[in-house]
Amino acid sequence: MNEPELFPAFCKLLRRDLLLAARARSEWLNPLFFFVIVVSLFPLGVGPEANRLSMMAPGIIWVAALLATMLSLDGLFRSDYLDGALEQLLLSPHPASVLVLAKVLAHWLLTGLPLILMSPLLGVLMHLPSSSLPTLMATLALGTPVLSLIGAIGAALTVGLRRGGVLVSLLVLPLYIPVLIFAANAVASAAMGLGVEAQLSLLGALLGFSLALAPLATAAALRIGME
Amino acid sequence: MPADPTTAPDHGLAARGLACWRGEHCLFRGLDLRLAPGELLHIAGRNGSGKTTLLRILCGLVQADEGEISWHGESIRHCRSEFNAALIYVGHLEGLKGELTPLENLAMDQALNVARNAADASAALAGLGLANRDDVPCRALSAGQKRRVALARLRVAEAQLWVLDEPLTALDPAGRQAVVDMLVEHARAGGMAIYTTHQPLELDGVTQRSMSLDS
Repeated sequence: MNEPELFPAFCKLLRRDLLLAARARSEWLNPLFFFVIVVSLFPLGVGPEANRLSMMAPGIIWVAALLATMLSLDGLFRSDYLDGALEQLLLSPHPASVLVLAKVLAHWLLTGLPLILMSPLLGVLMHLPSSSLPTLMATLALGTPVLSLIGAIGAALTVGLRRGGVLVSLLVLPLYIPVLIFAANAVASAAMGLGVEAQLSLLGALLGFSLALAPLATAAALRIGME
Repeated sequence: MPADPTTAPDHGLAARGLACWRGEHCLFRGLDLRLAPGELLHIAGRNGSGKTTLLRILCGLVQADEGEISWHGESIRHCRSEFNAALIYVGHLEGLKGELTPLENLAMDQALNVARNAADASAALAGLGLANRDDVPCRALSAGQKRRVALARLRVAEAQLWVLDEPLTALDPAGRQAVVDMLVEHARAGGMAIYTTHQPLELDGVTQRSMSLDS
C-alpha cells in the first residue's frame, strides 16, 4: 500500500472547495455584498461630512468585515456535515487538522481576499486619507485569515446543531475583539500619520498563533461535533 | 449474541466489551466481536437497535461509552492513520457533493484515501453501471445511482476493511448483485467487511457470520 500523500490531498480539497464555490456562487457572494452594503450605508446614515466619516472609517470597515466573515462561517462545515463528506474527511488517513486548514484556506480565499481587494474602494468612499489605505489592506491581509481560522473552531463546534448561527457569533466574537482593536487602531494611527509597526506586529503574532493552533482545535471540535 | 471473548488477535479487527448508551437507554453492552481477514460479518437487528451506531463506533467516528477496539492488535486510537488507511466506510449519507460529477467526487475520495492509481475511477463507475453518467452532477442522479457512486469508492481505494451501513438501500436487483459480487470478491482476496442489511444476501463460497443486536 502506498503511503498517503498529504500535499496532493491538501491541494485537491482546496480545489474542490473552490470548485464548489464556483458552482454555487450565492453562498460566498452574499457576505461580500453584505460587506459593501453595510459600509456604503454609513455615509447615507451619518451624513457625508468628510471629517466625521474618516474618523469612523477604520472601525466601520473592520466591523463590517468581521460581520461579513461571521455570516459566511455557518457554511464552512455545514454542507459537508449534511451530505456526509465530513465523515469521509475524518476517516481519511491524513491528519484532519491539515485537511481542515485546506478548507479554511478556501474559505479565506473566498471571503477574506475579496474583502482586502475591495477595501481601498470603501476606504475612498469613507474619506480615509489615501496614505492609510495600504495600512487598511495590510491589517485586513493579516487579520482576515485570523477571522477564518478562529471562526472555523466555532463553526466546527456548532456543526451538529440545526441553528448554530447565533451560537457561532457568541462563541467567536469575543475572540475576534483583539483583532478588531489592533486593526482599527492601526488604520486610525496611519490616518493620523503615526507609526503602525506595533499593531501590525501584534496582528502578525495573532495570525501565527491561530495558524498553529486553530486547525488542531477545529479538527478536535469536528470529532466532537460528529457524535 | 455470539459472544467471542477471545484474547486480542494479532490480525484483523477486534472489539471487546463495547457499550453504548443513549441517555438512559442502553443500546448494547458487553459486546464483543472479532473479524479476521477473509471474513464477512453481518450485523442484524430491528430498527433502532443500534446497528448504525455500532458501525460508527467501529469506524472511530463515535466513541463507545465502554470497551476497546483494536486493529491488528493495536488500539485504533493509537493507530488511527493506519486504521483509516485500511478502512472504507459507506454510511447512510453518501458523502457525495451534489455540485460535482461522480468522477470528481471519486477523485476527491482517492486523494483523501490511499489509492493505487487514479485511472480506476471511471472503470469503477462503469463496473457499477454508471458508464455514461460521468458529466452529470451528482444531485441530478437518482438515489440508487448515488448509492452506486458511493459504493464505487470501495473499488477505487483498495481498503482491507469495509464498513457498509445498509449498502443495498435504493439499489435495483442488478445493483444488489453487484454489491454481492464485490463482497465475495473482497472476501476471497482476504478482505474484511462488516455490514448491516435487512435483505438476505447469498454469498457463495465465503464465510459469512451473523450477529444480532436484538437481545
